[in-house]
Amino acid sequence: MNTHAPRHVSLPTRPDMTVAGLRVGIDIVQISAIADSLAEFGNHFTRRIFSADEVAYANAAPAQTAQRLAARFAAKEAGFKAFGLSEAGISWRDIEVQKCADGSCTLAFHGRAAEAVQRSGCTEISLSLSHDGDYATAMLAALAPR
Amino acid sequence: METMVDFEPQIRNILTKHARLGVDVSALAADADLYQAGMTSQASVNVMLALEGEFDIEFPDELLKRSVFGSISAIRDAVAGIAST
Repeated sequence: MNTHAPRHVSLPTRPDMTVAGLRVGIDIVQISAIADSLAEFGNHFTRRIFSADEVAYANAAPAQTAQRLAARFAAKEAGFKAFGLSEAGISWRDIEVQKCADGSCTLAFHGRAAEAVQRSGCTEISLSLSHDGDYATAMLAALAPR
Repeated sequence: METMVDFEPQIRNILTKHARLGVDVSALAADADLYQAGMTSQASVNVMLALEGEFDIEFPDELLKRSVFGSISAIRDAVAGIAST
C-alpha cells in the first residue's frame, strides 16, 4: 500500500471566482499610471471613476492622491472580479470604497452593482488594501451562507 | 446619400497613445483582442476617457463592459452607436 502523500494534486477551479459560497477578487494598479491619468484627464477621470467622497479623501492628502486613488481603483476592479461584473454594464462609481470608523475600508455597492451583489447571496465581505513603491493592490473576499 | 463615418483611424491613434500595448497598433487586426495585446483595465479607462473627449460622447453605464473595449471593431461599433443617438 502506498502511504506517501501524492506529489501532485490538481484541483478544479471555477472561472467565476466562486468556491462553495466564497468569492474572491484581486487587482494591482500602477500608482504612476493613475498619476498620469490625473494629469491627462483631470476631473474627467475622477468624475467618471470615483465618488465625491473617494475624491475628497484622496485630495485630503495631496502627496498621496494618486496612491489613494490607485488603491481605490484596484478595490473596484477586485469587486468586479469577485462578483463577475465585467460584462454587467456597471459604472466604476457604483462600487465605492468607504472608510470605516476603525480606519479600515469596505466596499459599498450601488445601483446595478448592488442588485448583482444581492443576487449573489453574499452577506459578508472583507476588503484589504495595500501599497508599496509604485503599486497599490486590493483583495476582496465575499461570503454567502451555504 | 448618407455616408458612413470612419472612426477607426482616430480610435487607432487613441489606442497608440493610451492603451499601453506591447504591439504596433497599426498592425493590429480590427478584431484582435486588446487585452491579450497587453491593455490593462486601468489603460482601458484612459482609452474610454480619450474616446469621450475625441468624439464628444459619454459611454452610458450599459456599455461599460470589458468586451466593449476588447477590440478595435468593438470600440468602433460602440462609438458609432453612441454617436448616432
